[in-house]
Amino acid sequence: MTPTPEDSAPAVRASGVGKTFAVTRGEVVALTGVELEVRAGEFVSLIGPSGCGKSTLLRLIADLDESSIGTLEVFGKTPRQARLDQDYGIAFQQAGLLPWRDVAANIALPLELHGVDAAGRKARVAELAELVGLTDFVDRYPDQLSGGMQQRVAIARALAERPRLLLMDEPFGALDEMTREYLQGELARIAAETGAAVVFVTHSIPEAVFLSDRVVVMSPRPGRITDVIATGFDGPRGDALRESPEYFAKVTEVREALHGAPVERANER
Amino acid sequence: MKRAAAVGWGVLGLLLVAGAWELYKAVGPVDGFTVGAVDGETGSGVMLLPRTNDRSMPHLWDMGARLFEATSGGSTPPLWITVVQAAGFTLGVAAVGWVIGVLVGLLLGLVMQRWRIAEWGILPWVVVSQTVPLIAFAPVVNAIGNQIDRGGVDWPQWASVAVIASYLAFFPVAIGALRGLGSPDAIHVDLMRSYAAGYWKTLFRLRLPAAVPHLLPALRLAAANAVVGAVVAEVSIGMRGGIGRMIIQLAGQGSSDPSAPWGPTFGAIALGLVAAGSVALLGVGLKTYRRGEATA
Amino acid sequence: MSALPGWVRLAAPVGVGVLIVALWMLWVDVLRTAPRMLPSPIAIGTELGLRWELILGDVLVTGTNAVIGLLAGALLAIVFAGLAAAARPIDGMLAPLVAALAVVPIVALTPILNGMFGASNQFGRQAVAAIAAFVPVFINVLRGLRQTRPVHRDLLRASAATGIQTFRVLTLPTALPYLMTGLRIASSLAVISALVAEYFGGPADGIGTAIATYAKSGRAALSWSFVAGAIALGLLFFLVTSLLERLVTRRAPV
Repeated sequence: MTPTPEDSAPAVRASGVGKTFAVTRGEVVALTGVELEVRAGEFVSLIGPSGCGKSTLLRLIADLDESSIGTLEVFGKTPRQARLDQDYGIAFQQAGLLPWRDVAANIALPLELHGVDAAGRKARVAELAELVGLTDFVDRYPDQLSGGMQQRVAIARALAERPRLLLMDEPFGALDEMTREYLQGELARIAAETGAAVVFVTHSIPEAVFLSDRVVVMSPRPGRITDVIATGFDGPRGDALRESPEYFAKVTEVREALHGAPVERANER
Repeated sequence: MKRAAAVGWGVLGLLLVAGAWELYKAVGPVDGFTVGAVDGETGSGVMLLPRTNDRSMPHLWDMGARLFEATSGGSTPPLWITVVQAAGFTLGVAAVGWVIGVLVGLLLGLVMQRWRIAEWGILPWVVVSQTVPLIAFAPVVNAIGNQIDRGGVDWPQWASVAVIASYLAFFPVAIGALRGLGSPDAIHVDLMRSYAAGYWKTLFRLRLPAAVPHLLPALRLAAANAVVGAVVAEVSIGMRGGIGRMIIQLAGQGSSDPSAPWGPTFGAIALGLVAAGSVALLGVGLKTYRRGEATA
Repeated sequence: MSALPGWVRLAAPVGVGVLIVALWMLWVDVLRTAPRMLPSPIAIGTELGLRWELILGDVLVTGTNAVIGLLAGALLAIVFAGLAAAARPIDGMLAPLVAALAVVPIVALTPILNGMFGASNQFGRQAVAAIAAFVPVFINVLRGLRQTRPVHRDLLRASAATGIQTFRVLTLPTALPYLMTGLRIASSLAVISALVAEYFGGPADGIGTAIATYAKSGRAALSWSFVAGAIALGLLFFLVTSLLERLVTRRAPV
């Protein structure tokens, strides 16, 4: 495949991006001075306390809101164009499945909206269901599924149009720890297999470190990026990684960046 | 500012309706628009649009002017005065009916919420009760009222009308009370239970405040229903002095005096608005309890 | 609080019903203190058995008026609710008008409507039923059209869905259960309104006219057997629309 200009364009490039909301008593500066570049195929987490603007930034990339200042490009295009071209898939904290559609119909929703014929939809749904491990559940309804399964359906739906960028806003936030760790492993696998770039919003430090190539640390009032930490892990992400010293060191590094001060480690007391 | 804008739009809507009326009169088909009529058979077919002559559709200004002319010729007072008197009379009767209906409805709601078996036994009959047309038992209530009156206790005819009106008024209150009293979250009920608060304390401190957002729309609806009940009952029993009877009387002379029935009709409309509006005023003082209320 | 056995759910209303009938019979047949206009349940039952064809004829007349009114009113309500949901100005103009319509005695409009459309056809009654049905359907459909959840709206925007697609895929299915609720409320109102409207003029058929005519001529039991027909008609409408509502609400967004 001859590389096109778009192939070499970074998945996301933000330059001086800011977002201000008008509220009843004046304004709230949700984001300011964001400089960020996400390469194609890179997994980047946005982490920080409430009000740091991580979800706002994600919504700006997704063209669900418009930035007040600065330039934001997705694969070299405006976010609006990227949305219209369906260059990204998105998953929210609530799975957001339509309750009157079964799993297959939910996964097929974007395909349906963009005119893919029934045979094509059926084939793609089968592929995606297998990718997330829900082949036996395609004719169930959302109210018959657990939270973890609903999120898997949401991820499958986000991958339906083979996007080169995945946007995820705390998708595992409402799940228990065991399911979370399992789904993190699955997401890492899927991202590697599809080669998609991922922008992942979370407020869990271990999750951010486990999944990402780089962790973007953010801070509130006003929302801004304070640090970017590369994890530097090679190879596939598995359970072994969670127990390695390098992993714990990175977690500490991110924690220190979040607290803005060195953290006393247990083995140094 | 928002309130003023809302009123403005409402007035505009009203003006549009008035404009549509006159516009249709001016340009609509003279004989109206009937679908499926059979020649020679009067009353056949469905008339979708009315005739535009002045007898079927009087001009709006004729209706207005008629209000200031004598009610039934000669030296009778202007129509609008008679309308206001009749509307006021019906309003009073409806108000009494509303009070009775609210009391009965609240009592039923309390009983049904307290004991599940009461809810299972009574609620279906409460629902069925509204399918019984008023005109069926209005004469019965009137006859009973006459019996009581003859038996020595003073029972004027309007009291029977009030009782009949309460039959329509109690229903929304009973349903609203049942739903509202049972609406508190399970965790709130558990909380009261953990404080060893008995039924009555829980009722006054939890269930009744929780019921306010359900009861206020129900009370409004009950007021509107009481008006309907009073109007229908008046006509059914043949009671003098109310607005319902006045509409029927003037409608009977409709061919010679087409604008006349519109007077009491507007009066009846105003009556419904006043009744519902006064009940809405009740809710003004209860604002803190109304967070989360559904409109209408 | 101990749980009551399931059969009590059915036995309770039946028991209350039996009690009502027993008290009724006590008052009319045993004590004989009831007014003449209140017949014995046995007499009503007898008349029902003898005259059911006659009653059915009038039930069909009123029932047809109610159905036509219900459908016409519901259709208009859906259209206007759609317009109101789409455009703020239309909503602003309609809201007070509908609120007013909800509280006025609609049956009082029957004489005027008969004057406008002629008293020899059923239109006045159908119009009254339609207006009565319009209000709850309008209010409920308008509410339903506004109940889409933000996460679903974001999802469809992120999927670059057009306005029409969003309406078809999200807004319509979300509003459907609310439409069914509105229809359920409107159905009983349509029946009662069609019936009571007969009292205010029009042709000499229908349950309402029959009840009034036979009551006036002293045939109380026959008059009340028509009442039984009216109750049956009202219950039929209620049950059908309740069933529809239950079928549609199975997978509601809330």
